[in-house]
This record gives sequence, C-alpha cells and structure tokens, in this order.
Amino acid sequence: MTHDIWIYILVASAVTLAIKILPLTLIRGEIKNSTIRSFLHYVPYVTLAVMTFPAIIDATQTQISGGLALVAGIFSAWFGASLFKVAVICCTVVFVAERLLL
Amino acid sequence: MTTENRQALADGFRDGTPIGLGYFVVGFSLGIVAKYVGLSPLQGFVISLLNNASAGEYAALTVIKSDAPYFEIALLTFIANARYILMSTVLSQKFSPDTPFYHRIFVGFDVTDEIFGITIARGGRYLNPFYNYGAMLTALPGWSIGTACGIVAWNFFSEAAVSALSVALYGMFLAVIIPPARKDKIIGGAVVASFFLSWLAENFFPEISAGNRTIALTILIAGAAAILFPVKEDDNDS
Repeated sequence: MTHDIWIYILVASAVTLAIKILPLTLIRGEIKNSTIRSFLHYVPYVTLAVMTFPAIIDATQTQISGGLALVAGIFSAWFGASLFKVAVICCTVVFVAERLLL
Repeated sequence: MTTENRQALADGFRDGTPIGLGYFVVGFSLGIVAKYVGLSPLQGFVISLLNNASAGEYAALTVIKSDAPYFEIALLTFIANARYILMSTVLSQKFSPDTPFYHRIFVGFDVTDEIFGITIARGGRYLNPFYNYGAMLTALPGWSIGTACGIVAWNFFSEAAVSALSVALYGMFLAVIIPPARKDKIIGGAVVASFFLSWLAENFFPEISAGNRTIALTILIAGAAAILFPVKEDDNDS
C-alpha cells in the first residue's frame, strides 16, 4: 500500500458530497437533455451489475459456492424477495455449499 | 421549532427507522469488505458517515484494494454515484423559495436511494427538510456504525462465516438490479451485457484494475443504452 487510506477516504467523500449537494444548491432549472437523463437512468443498474459479476464468484472460498450464491440471488430477487432476504439467501447458500464441498 | 417542522421530523424518523435498520445490515456487509481491504473501524465509520452510498463505497474500496492513483477513486466514485446528480436535481425543484439556503446543503448531505424515495413518496409541492432530518437520524448512524461493527466483527468470525458474509453485498446489489431487469427489457439487456462484458474484461484484460473496468464498462454500456434507447420523459427514474 503506497497510498494513504485517509486520503482515499477524503477524495471519495469529497466527490460523493459534491455530487449530492452541488445540484441541489446550484441547479435551479431541470436537466432537459434526454440523452443525459437516460444515461443517468441506466447507470446504477450497469454499475451494480459490472461490480457484482464476476466478483461474487471470486469473493468466496470456492468459485462453485459463489456461483451458486449468484444463481440463488438472481432467482430470489426475480421472484420479489426483499433486499435483506436476498442477502441472507446468498450467504446461506455459500455457507451450506462450502460445508458440503470443503 | 414550529409544530409543522416537529411533526415532519417525527414522520421522517418513523419512515426512516426501517431504512436505518436496513442500512445497518448494508453497512455491516460493507464493513466485511472494508476489513478485507485494510480499513480500521474508525476509517470505516468515517467513509460510511460521509458517503452513505453502497455502490459508491464498494467501488471506492475496490480502488483502495488495488492501491490505484487517487484520481481513480475520484473518477469511480463519481461514476458509481452519478445517479445522485439526478436525484439531487429533482430535489432542488421541490424546495420552497422561502426555505433558507443552508437546508439545501443539509438535505443534500444525505441523498440516498431510499431517503429520496420516501421524500418523493411523501408528496406535496414542497418538501420539508425536517422530514429528511428525521430519516437521517436513523440512516446515518445505522450505516456508519454498521460499517464499524462489520470491521470489528470480522475478528470473531471463522473463515467459513466470512466467506458466506462476503456475498451479502452482492446479494443486495442483485436485489436492486434484478426486479427492474425483469420488468424492463432494456435494463435486463443492459444487466446481461454488463455481466458478460465484465467477465470478458476480467479474463482477457486482467491488467485493468477493477475500478477502471467498472468506469469503462459503465460509460460504454449505459452510454450505448442511453443513445439507442432514450428514456421517455414520463417514466423517468426515481
């Protein structure tokens, strides 16, 4: 680690707070450009998807348990399980699968 | 404080309590990742208190893990949190001209998906900032103390438990992206493309850091979707 964690935290926090506070304080009119609006609309889903896979299968002790958690998570979220339930289901799948595999 | 503001504060606290409890769990999951990356409980508390954004914080942690330049954490935090620009802009339209300016700063401090959601759901032409403050009373400590607890708790967990808990955050991400992906074909397609391209990039360009991969793919995929499938004005996101 050649960089200082506190400076990382400072930079990330400054950017986040600027994003949250500046539009509220500076922009009085509405963003009309539909391409920018559409981009902002798609960004959260794409970012979260990119960060979830394949990271989820590398996070666990075996790739199989992480893969099973991914399938279980997609399946339970598809059928409307809450944020908390999906998280618990994923954790349980990994725990049980690794009990059986390792 | 006027009766109306006190009522708004109480309403916000009531509506914010389930959010705060959920945030404790999100924060805890982030804490597990933060510990893995090397943050102390205090550092976890501070980053969560000031950011209050799961995707943004997780993205920041991936940059810290890869020991990348400071510029990269700024850029990735910007991308991961870009949606708050839209929410903050929407909220700017809901301020009464009579509300003192400093309230805009404090409300902006804790714009999150959920608090934005309940603020909009409360309705009315103008928002009452005290409603947001009520929600923040549970949301901010829930998130930041949760993160510190996750970092501390790591030491008491077995390897098997840490492995299991390490997918909690991904489970939450799936819970956010899968239901809209099911309802909206374009979001669904974007999610599938994201999974596939992210996998391709990791396997064929392993020298690109996780942070840069997220930035590049987000701009590419969300940009392509925005150009090819612009969102109609009446069903814009919330």
